[in-house]
This record gives sequence, structure tokens and C-alpha cells, in this order.
Amino acid sequence: MSAQTNPSTAAATVVADQRIENAKPSTWRRVRRNPSVLFGGTVLLIMALIAIFAPFLGTRSPTDIAPVARNKVPGFERTVTGPDGKEQTLVYRFGSDSLGRDVYSRTIYGARVSIIVGITVAFLSVTIGLFIGLISGYFRWLDPIIMRIMDGLMAIPAILLAIALVSLFRAGLGAVIVAITLPEIPRVVRLVRSVVLSVREEPYVEAAVTVGTPTPTLIWRHILPNTIAPLIVQGTFICASAILVEAILSFLGIGIPPETPTWGNIMAEGRNVFRLYSHSILYPGIFLALTVLAVNILGDGLRDTLDPKMAKRV
Amino acid sequence: MASFIFKRLLATIPVMLFVAVFVFLMLRMTPYDPAAIIAGDNANADQVAAIRKSLGLDQPILSQFFIWMGQILQGNFGESFFFKKTVTSLIADRIGPTLSLATVTMLLSISVAVPLGVLAAYRQGTWIDRVVMGFSVMGFSVPVFVIGYILIYLFAINVSWLPVQGYRPLSAGFGEWIRHLILPACTLSVIYIALIARMTRASMLEVLSEDYVRTARAKGQTEWKVLFRHALRNAAVPIVTVIGIGIALLIGGVVVTESVYSIAGLGRLTVDAVLARDYPTIQAVILLFSFVYVVINLLVDLTYSLLDPRIRY
Repeated sequence: MSAQTNPSTAAATVVADQRIENAKPSTWRRVRRNPSVLFGGTVLLIMALIAIFAPFLGTRSPTDIAPVARNKVPGFERTVTGPDGKEQTLVYRFGSDSLGRDVYSRTIYGARVSIIVGITVAFLSVTIGLFIGLISGYFRWLDPIIMRIMDGLMAIPAILLAIALVSLFRAGLGAVIVAITLPEIPRVVRLVRSVVLSVREEPYVEAAVTVGTPTPTLIWRHILPNTIAPLIVQGTFICASAILVEAILSFLGIGIPPETPTWGNIMAEGRNVFRLYSHSILYPGIFLALTVLAVNILGDGLRDTLDPKMAKRV
Repeated sequence: MASFIFKRLLATIPVMLFVAVFVFLMLRMTPYDPAAIIAGDNANADQVAAIRKSLGLDQPILSQFFIWMGQILQGNFGESFFFKKTVTSLIADRIGPTLSLATVTMLLSISVAVPLGVLAAYRQGTWIDRVVMGFSVMGFSVPVFVIGYILIYLFAINVSWLPVQGYRPLSAGFGEWIRHLILPACTLSVIYIALIARMTRASMLEVLSEDYVRTARAKGQTEWKVLFRHALRNAAVPIVTVIGIGIALLIGGVVVTESVYSIAGLGRLTVDAVLARDYPTIQAVILLFSFVYVVINLLVDLTYSLLDPRIRY
């Protein structure tokens, strides 16, 4: 039986192999067909396209100030004579701020910072957290030390920790990204560690250890793949909260410098005149809320399809 | 039980120690001279030298840490160069509004979120459930300050029912106090309600399928009693846990809400301190908030056996 293969068994093996092959795209199909993923993904894609093509969406320079056009309501029009002597009408679709900058242009350009911060923070915290979590889960003697440090970091409320870190650096995109990433890392570490701890007891891992698989290969081939689905889900939620925290830092005036167009900065600028003109808070607020909502809904959809165990818990 | 309390207390020591080390190193991690930072921009060389000596900055870093810790344990957080008074008295001035806001917000959130969560679980899959869950996702997505300005616009500018901004202490009368707190508390409670309602629903769903719930119904208990006496009690542990963890969100929200409503509390103090690079104040506020967060979660852990007598340590 072992020397000569029975044709029907061989055929069965082929069929079984195909089934396994088919199992992979079916997860992907389930993800693609999930309405939450579809809605969240589409809105996020549109925001990303807005961020990339900001200069071509009827915008002007988001930092140009115009003293004659201060605090104008949405729809205000102004005729200017260009350097070539031709007359040109400037429309302020979302109104102007108290320096006469075009709120529409600033809002469109503001998508750039939010998308960059969201994606970078999610990527960095997941990568760093994965690395630390694998070490913590796999090397027992390091685990208590690492987890005490993570507990300590988690004892400082996230926004407060970000605010404290921002106060240490000169304000800028890099500082804001570092300040938002650090508080997110312990949550990723805990997640990865719990996956590692449950997987390492599985028979196939024990079997791999028995046949003498070197530790790096073991982690890479047998443990790492189990962390991917929960990490994609977690990364999405981190992206949403990073976009929010960046806006909060900008709004409080301690994030990215105020001349840079970010949604938080536009709203911070609009605070002083809010009683009379609400557009500087309203429009960027809608963009911000819609983006974060889309990312959160995308995360919910991914959780339901990729990580059913986690979906049941929450 | 006593040994559990003791163990749990012991476990908070390394956590608070880490926070203390982090906060201590914060000043040392900056590329600047801590004495010069504390002295401020207008200080002369003598003043900087005096501060360096009083903080023990001329000594090895380990003894610096113990000097600093010793002072903090005595309630001495140093001098704020920006506000020109001791950080301890500064915090004492600012803690009232923050405590008022946090207390009203917690009462409001819990009394709204728990019934909403119970209702959503009881009517799982219906429009009520979808509305509650939809509100919950919205609550996590709309930033605190946007909610704040929408509420100000609707209730203070559009129809001037409530004051736009500011704070009145309780000594000015309960009416004035609560009038100034309604909008900030509603603003701050949105995300907290979202969190608690979601967890209440999830926890109730698990409990409602238990045998004892069916038994309670079978013996003819009213639905009200089944839900609130039999089910909610058994679902309480995860709900109380999330209320404790949510304190972190609440603290973050306080910082933003106090800025929106111009309330001179600890949150506003944090932002002002960061803007002025007033490190002694920043350090004290972080230590204080983290301490409160850790202690509340310790208390939450200790209530488990009260809520659920089956839990034994």
C-alpha cells in the first residue's frame, strides 16, 4: 500500500488538496462580500484618493492667506486679477477662516495628514507589538519583565501619554506619530502574546519541536500565521483611534504646527469664531467623523469575517 | 479574600513604580538641561544653579530618583514656573471642576448605558438593537470636541437654554452648578455610553441563554425581574470591568472637554502645562491621573466577589 499508490486514494488526495486550495479564496470572498467591509473600505478608499489627488480637486494653496476674505460664509465668491491681467473668480465652497484661507482646500489637504498618521501608526504599532509579543510569548524568562513594562505603560491613559510624549519633542508629524504609536504597543503585545501562549500548546507545534525545528523557523512558519488575522483587525481599530488622537492633539494646539492643514488644526482655528461662524468646525468635523466611522466599520466587518472567535467575545 | 487583596495591592506596586520611573525619566530624556527647563526661559545662571542643587541634579541619577520619589511621597511635586506657585496647590485649585465633571458624567453614562445595553440584548436583532449598536459605533468615531461644538450650537447658541462655556462651583448653588455641567457631561459621556452599552449587551446576551433565566421565566417571574434581578446581576462582572477600564477614556476626554467648555480643571491644566513646557506640572498630572486609574481598577477587581459570590480567591 505504501509502495504502490491506489489510484482512487491518489484522486481523493488531489480532491482534498483542491479543497484546501479553495478554502483560501473563500475567506477572501467572505471578507469581500461583507457589507461592513465593503462600506468601510469604499469610504476609506475615497478618502485616500482625495488625499492623493488633493491638488486636482479644485483646490488652491491651503496656506495662502487673504486679508480681504476673512471669515466668509460657504459659497462666498471673490474676483481677483491674476499676474497675467486676467480676471479670475475664487469660490470659497466651505467658507474661509479668520486668516482668509480657503477652508475647502484646507479640508481636502487635511485628509493627507490623517491618512498618513492612521496608516503609519497602525503599521508601526502592529510591527513593534508583534515583535515584542512573540518574544514575550515564546521566551518564558523574559515574559514577566516585558509584561510588567506593558502593564506600566497601560496604566497611563493613552491620550495623556501621547500628550506627555509630544511635550518632549519639537512639534511635527514625526513626533506626533511616535507619541500616538507608543501607547498602542502594549495592546498589540498582549494580543500577540495570548495567541502565542495558546498556539504553543497545540499538538502540531509540539510535533514541530519534537522533530527539531529551529526556533526561528518554528515561530515564522507555525506561530506567526496565527497572529495575522487578529492583527489585521486590531491594526484597523488602531488606525481609527490614531486618526482621532492626531485630530485631538492638533485641536488642543499641541500637535502638528497650526499652519499645516490638518482637520484638527482647522477646527482649532475655528474655535475662536465658533459662535458666529460654524463652518470651520463643521466641515472638517464631518470629514473626520466619516473617516473614523468608515475605518471602525471596516474593522467590525474584518473582525466578523476573519476572527470569528473575537467577534463572539465583543 | 484577605490574601487576594494583599496580592492585588502588591501587584500595583511595580505598575506605579514603572509610571514613576517613566515620569522621572521624561525630563531626563529631553535633550535639554532639566534645571534650565524648570527654571524657565527668563531665569539667570544663578537661579538655574540653585534649582540644580535643590533637585540634586549634581548627584548620580539613581539618587536623583530617590530624592524625587521622596519628595513626591511627601506630597511635594515641585514648583510650577509658569503658574508661579507649588504644583500641589495648583492641583488643589483645579481638582474641583474635574471631579464634578467626572462624577456627573459617570452617573449619567451608567444610568443611560446599562438600560440601553439590557434593552438591546433583550430585543436582539430588532431595530432597537441596531439603533443602540449604531449609536455605539458612532460614539467611538465622532471626536469629543465635534460632539461638544454640535451640542453648544444646538442648546446654547441656537436656543440659549444652557450656558455656552464656563464652570460654577457647587458653592454657587446646585442649580448653577448643574446648569454649567449638563453640556460638558453629555459631551464626555457619549464615548463612555458607547463602551458600556456595548459590553452590557454582549454580557447580557451570554447570560440570557442560561438555564436559570429560563427557570425564572418558567416559574412566572415578570420580565422586569428576570432581566434586572436574575440576568443583569450575573452579567455584572464584565460590565463593571469595562466601566473601570473606561476611566482611561474618560480621563482623555476630560482633557478635551474642559478645553472646549473653558473649564479650569485638571484637563485644561494639562494642556496649558504642555503648551508652556511646564514639566513639574505635566509630571504631577500624569502621576495623579495614572494613580487614580490604577486605584479605581484595583477597587473594581475587589468588587468582583461582592457582585458574584461564586468568585472565590
